[in-house]
Amino acid sequence: MKKIFKLLGFVVLIVSTAVIFTGCAGEKQITLKVYNWGDYIDESVIDSFEKEYNIKVIYDTFATNEDMYVKLKAGGDSYDVAFPSDYMIQRMIKEDMIQKIDMNNIPNYRYIDDRFKNLAYDPNNEYSVPYMWGTVGIIYNKTMVDDVVDSWDILWNEKYAKKILMMNSQRDSIGITLKKLGYSLNTKNINELEEAKNELIKQKPLVLAYVGDEVKDKMVAGEAAMAVVYSGDAVFMKRENPDLEYVIPKEGSNLWFDAMVIPKASQHKKEAELFINYMCDPEIAFKNADYIGYSTPHTEAKKMLDPDLINDKTAYPEDEDLDHCQVFEDLADSLKDYDRIWTEVKAN
Amino acid sequence: MKQRWIAYPYIVWMVIFILVPLLLVVFYSVTTVTDEGIQFSLEHFKRFLEPVYLIVLLRSIYLAFISTVICLVLGYPMAMILASKDISKKQFIVLLFILPMWMNFLLRTYAWMTLLENSGLINTFLSFIGLPNLNLLYNHQAVVLGMVYNFLPFMVLPIYSVLSKIDKSIIEAAQDLGANNFIVFRRIIFPLSLPGVMSGITMVFMPSVTTFVISRLLGGGQYTLIGNLIEQQFLYVGDWNFGSALSVILIIIILLSMGVMSKYDKEHEGGGLW
Amino acid sequence: MVTRLMKKFYILIIFAFLYAPIFVLIVFSFNNSKSRGNWNGFTLKWYMELLRDRQILSALYYTVIIAIISSLIATIIGTMAAIGIHNMSKWKQSLIMNITYLPVLNPDIVTGISLMILFIFMKMQLGFFSMLLAHITFNIPYVILSVMPKLKQLNKHLYEAALDLGATPWYAFKRVIIPEIMPGIITGALLAFTLSLDDFVISFFTTGSGVSNLSITIYSMARRGINPEINALSSLMFISVLSLLIIINKRMSKDNSVKENA
Repeated sequence: MKKIFKLLGFVVLIVSTAVIFTGCAGEKQITLKVYNWGDYIDESVIDSFEKEYNIKVIYDTFATNEDMYVKLKAGGDSYDVAFPSDYMIQRMIKEDMIQKIDMNNIPNYRYIDDRFKNLAYDPNNEYSVPYMWGTVGIIYNKTMVDDVVDSWDILWNEKYAKKILMMNSQRDSIGITLKKLGYSLNTKNINELEEAKNELIKQKPLVLAYVGDEVKDKMVAGEAAMAVVYSGDAVFMKRENPDLEYVIPKEGSNLWFDAMVIPKASQHKKEAELFINYMCDPEIAFKNADYIGYSTPHTEAKKMLDPDLINDKTAYPEDEDLDHCQVFEDLADSLKDYDRIWTEVKAN
Repeated sequence: MKQRWIAYPYIVWMVIFILVPLLLVVFYSVTTVTDEGIQFSLEHFKRFLEPVYLIVLLRSIYLAFISTVICLVLGYPMAMILASKDISKKQFIVLLFILPMWMNFLLRTYAWMTLLENSGLINTFLSFIGLPNLNLLYNHQAVVLGMVYNFLPFMVLPIYSVLSKIDKSIIEAAQDLGANNFIVFRRIIFPLSLPGVMSGITMVFMPSVTTFVISRLLGGGQYTLIGNLIEQQFLYVGDWNFGSALSVILIIIILLSMGVMSKYDKEHEGGGLW
Repeated sequence: MVTRLMKKFYILIIFAFLYAPIFVLIVFSFNNSKSRGNWNGFTLKWYMELLRDRQILSALYYTVIIAIISSLIATIIGTMAAIGIHNMSKWKQSLIMNITYLPVLNPDIVTGISLMILFIFMKMQLGFFSMLLAHITFNIPYVILSVMPKLKQLNKHLYEAALDLGATPWYAFKRVIIPEIMPGIITGALLAFTLSLDDFVISFFTTGSGVSNLSITIYSMARRGINPEINALSSLMFISVLSLLIIINKRMSKDNSVKENA
């Protein structure tokens, strides 16, 4: 036993010295720090970028916008490129956490679909370049649901008690309830929020569970009849289980974007813009869209995708389907109200 | 061994890395940012007194309590069996016991969902042999199962490490004096193992009060536990003051309850509050 | 005879309980589908992709290194602390133990964020070192909690008897105290190692500069769905550690039987 400890200690000593040394070596190359969602890039793209521009990429991942926000706000580390979502970008602009991008350095920006420019969270396209987008909607199992699915009401239908899955996310679940009631999903009106709360409490006995990404496995396995999901996940689920169908309810829904930004603390703006431009290269954008499977805002990349996918209304809905869809805005102080309501719904 | 100075490296560490962050949390809990700057205020503590938050706290403590009891009931026999002379290769079994814990917790919990869900492996097996399906997921039971699964080794190992070195001659002496197995256990083994039991209870109860991933996944997000609530404050709402106040309240309640428990531990075996 | 069988049976049940999810994990690592909802055929592709995925492999490296180093250091500091605390007056003991409970008691998010603020305040660059410090911090209480019961169990007079018999304090410490509390030390080290391997929240907030551990990588996939490469990795880790244990165990029993026959 003692020998094993000694051997272990020796190994640890060697390895830790190695680690310390590799940390200090190689400062000649410029390093670019990228902060993205987990599993949200085709990794060969990072390798090809490094080779082409001789810039080393350090790639970190985060689980939610809020995690990323706390890390960036605290300032312990300086990232050069980050991939937040719409409302978070709005908050970061407000709090002066990101810098303006010199769009002249992003010639590939011309490939971004005009529909996805001048959005509410970045009206003058100064701070962000879209990366992926999608919608929130209802996915349902055709063999388990015999009613027509075109409204959020179906999630409150007692016929499907305990066969309904809701998203375990405050803004998404409260948001779609607001849409069902005909209100804006960015509302700060406390009366509208209370109404939404009561709806959710009414619905609770019918809900099987409030889920995260496990919704995909559940629907594919036929555990539930319907669920609220992201469009990108819906594409995947439909492929795994052909009985599933996705629809954006007529009251409207959430339209979401993930985009690339350059945090204020970044010291390598030029290289960051190089990276962002690289990601908008048609070949590269195609590789990412193909790997990730979500909808791309890149016109050229979209053309290279599988024709079945391009014609899939789930991934690329018509303009009229998106009519009543809203993008999340930063709620600032109203977040407290949303949180209290969500806690009250859950605490029952 | 009367030296106390060897604890000093830890004391220094403790002050820097545990006390200072604690002071930070306390600071956040009693201050509030107003237009005039930072002011002292107890409003966050008052806010906690709303029924919805009290329910959350009580439920968390209740679930943690049940999980701890079950861990004790299941874990103590396990520790006894491991320590008894009938079982060979103890070290090996102990390592085998803790090996599953080295797999990522999220993955293991997902695997439990695959096992417990309605179309999952357990129910598929039950229908196969003609028994009705059980509702094993998205309820209190599933959450307790998850907690017990996660914390069982933390109960078994300390008890085992104490039981393994109980002086066998004491037991033999008692048996010579005519005690049956039950009395030997109640009067000798159990009291002697109490320090290990107290440590086990501490290492299970405290983290289970503040756990939130298990209730989110296995409970289907049906209820908010205090851990979820605190996480929401820090991340989604950005209200670090309220989150800190919740943490401070939690700390006080738990340490007090541990203190009450250790009053039963008259010879001061566990190192509690009083 | 019956009791022996019952004991073995009980152990078997508990082990079945513990290993059931692991078994499921391993089976699904061969599933030709990203979804755990259906089985689409047997495949080794996740294993292949795993070997090419440098993010995951780098995370694995850091996870193991930090777990080993932090549990070693925590065990040393924690054991020394437990011994010292054991000899303190009752009220000092209570005070220190209650402060020690804090990392065990606090939700990870509170520990993680407060440590992050502390590190930033100390002008420390978040990265390997800061993550290591954080891991040691939450590991030490578990070591202390594991060693303390053994100290309480210790016969106080053993040490004095050794001194009376002519041993130096250091010798008595090394040959009398340490062996007696060794089960507690090992338990503490094991628990610390286990906790360190699996930590997400605290690690996430106290790391940076591209240093990531497995938990961070896995939890970051929460929105997208866990890539089955992770299942493959976990299965590989499990099989290799299990094999290592079996080999060590065989070697030890061989040593023991050699000693007995000598």
